[in-house]
Amino acid sequence: MTEPAETPLLSARGLVRAFGALQVLRGIDLDVRAGEMLAVAGPNGAGKTTLLRILAGLMRPSRGQVRIRGEQLTRHDPAPRRAIGLLSHHTFLYDDLTPSENLRFTARLYHLPDPEAATRAALEEVGLSARADTPVRHLSRGLLQRAAIARALLHQPDILLLDEPFTGLDAPAADRFRALLSSQLDRGRALVLVSHHLAEAWELATHVAVLAGGHWALEGRRPDDLAAFHGRYAELVHG
Amino acid sequence: MAEFLRIAWVIAAKDIRLELRSRTALLSAIVFSALVLVVFNFARDPTAIAAVDLAPSVLWVTFAFGAVIALNRAFYVERENAALDGILLAPVPRSALYVGKLLANLAFVGVVEAVALPLFVLFFNVGIGHALGGILGVTALATLGFVAVGTIFSAMVVRTRFAELMLPVLLLPFMVPPLVGAVQVTAKLLAGRPLSEMMGWLRLLTLYDIGFVTLCILIFPAVVDE
Amino acid sequence: MTPELLAARRIVRRGQVLTLLGLLAAAGVYALALLYTPVEVRQGPAQKIFYIHAPAAWGALVAFAVVGLVSILYLWLKDERLDLFAASSAEVGIAFSLVMLTTGPIWGKTVWGTWWTWDARLTLTLFLFFLFVGYLALRAAVQDHGERARFSAVVGIMGLVLVPFIHLSVYLFRTLHPQPVLLKPSAPSMPPEMLRALLSGMAAFTLLYIGFVVLRYGLARLDNLREGAGDAL
Repeated sequence: MTEPAETPLLSARGLVRAFGALQVLRGIDLDVRAGEMLAVAGPNGAGKTTLLRILAGLMRPSRGQVRIRGEQLTRHDPAPRRAIGLLSHHTFLYDDLTPSENLRFTARLYHLPDPEAATRAALEEVGLSARADTPVRHLSRGLLQRAAIARALLHQPDILLLDEPFTGLDAPAADRFRALLSSQLDRGRALVLVSHHLAEAWELATHVAVLAGGHWALEGRRPDDLAAFHGRYAELVHG
Repeated sequence: MAEFLRIAWVIAAKDIRLELRSRTALLSAIVFSALVLVVFNFARDPTAIAAVDLAPSVLWVTFAFGAVIALNRAFYVERENAALDGILLAPVPRSALYVGKLLANLAFVGVVEAVALPLFVLFFNVGIGHALGGILGVTALATLGFVAVGTIFSAMVVRTRFAELMLPVLLLPFMVPPLVGAVQVTAKLLAGRPLSEMMGWLRLLTLYDIGFVTLCILIFPAVVDE
Repeated sequence: MTPELLAARRIVRRGQVLTLLGLLAAAGVYALALLYTPVEVRQGPAQKIFYIHAPAAWGALVAFAVVGLVSILYLWLKDERLDLFAASSAEVGIAFSLVMLTTGPIWGKTVWGTWWTWDARLTLTLFLFFLFVGYLALRAAVQDHGERARFSAVVGIMGLVLVPFIHLSVYLFRTLHPQPVLLKPSAPSMPPEMLRALLSGMAAFTLLYIGFVVLRYGLARLDNLREGAGDAL
């Protein structure tokens, strides 16, 4: 594979993660550059969420390392974490606070220069301004997802990690979300998305990988033909 | 250092705002403390034991029980929607998260104590005016120690089954030295004894605070870092 | 058969041998204590329980120190075997402290006329027992292996720091409240036969402790391998 020589925004080498005697990841390498999106597919329990948690710095790999712009992610230096945004299936929101209170708290955690303005802009971007002062526990599921997106993007992370982000979105919402991801790619961000099926993000992905048995069963530039990929995927995972 | 304290304060302020919004944990802890005081009153034989003899232990057992109830909530709010992950994702030193939680817990336990103390004076008819400054001082000293330990334990038990049962089982042995010290000092303060008689206990309390606050700050990352 | 399985089985066998040796040594020491050490003048034959009581307390203290120190190593090296070893030590420690806590009152009742006294050593062992219980209860309540190991290591280390404070509290408490203690558990001047029996009792219990811990640790390794195999299916 010949890639441009610039330092990848996000890279990982030799990631291994064991839970007791069980090895979930057995040596994963990856590089994601500005404007690229790596879509990772794999069956349930293949370790996709574990991989994402390690890339986000929430979990330490048993072996191997993660680098952000060439700088190693360690537990001692919190600074490189600033570049990471994670959209997980949890919203990370406090139910008793309003979206704007939640976002202001996040903005202060990241020490953004103007928490108020950042909060207003982020809520505006996902179309949640009208409900900015409703406690999160009273928001509908769709609005919750928007609030979670606003929270994940609030600090303008260069690297965006997405865990099954299309779950629970209806067709129009999924379209809006795809547009948002596309604009993130245009802005030179690096995206990693994990999902058990890649159809929803296929067009956006620049690279695809299949995680099975703790290894990349397949990895490289995205092929054009989704159907052929599905055939190959079924073969790798079930065959 | 300034950044460390800033983050700790952001987290503590968020906890206080959350608690003021729901108020459930704080109110329960206060009502619980009042109930403990009432139970103590009826559990003694007023003809045999003077209230003042029992007063220091009653006060501190009440504070301890109220604190355990208040501490249970500390990391409970971080469990909903995996909010703790949201904090850990940010460029936040883990020990700043601990200090933030500790500050918020000190505020809650302080409020519970601030309500329980006048109730205690009212119910037990014990004059504490002459020793008020000393009692507030020893309360601060003892509370800091067991809340420091309780904060780290509440971060762990919230990830377990039966969290509400697990916290007292783990925490009460650690509460014994500050509690014994506080009871002894309070008794001497109420009896108007000279400071020299309390020095041993005050030293123990100070040492406990320094030892455990330092240890907890150092060891807390092991609790939250997977 | 995998090498891990063979290694675990070897540890179990070694533990069995050590336990057997420890039991034999303990029995030998006890025969020695009954037959050869003099009967204590004031306490009579009841004092013989001392040769179980004190070594059991010693075993509990060793177990506790091992839990704390191995916990420090675990947080440093993050090797799961260290966690299993600390847990094994805690389980053995709970047994030893229970022996100490049951023999204490039996002895105390005959000698002091009271089942329980807040003697510094008895109190400390009671707290070791509580800490072991808390440690193991926490382990039982956490499912994830890594989390269980980290949490219990934290409790193990905190306990290690707590023990001197407990001791200091009891000491301060007792100096202020002199107790009507008639006899100290161990007389200051102990006949050399008694001292020898006590020391060999402590050696025997140390061996017994090692045997139990190695055996328990080996079994924990086997358990873990079985769980791992179950997950892989």
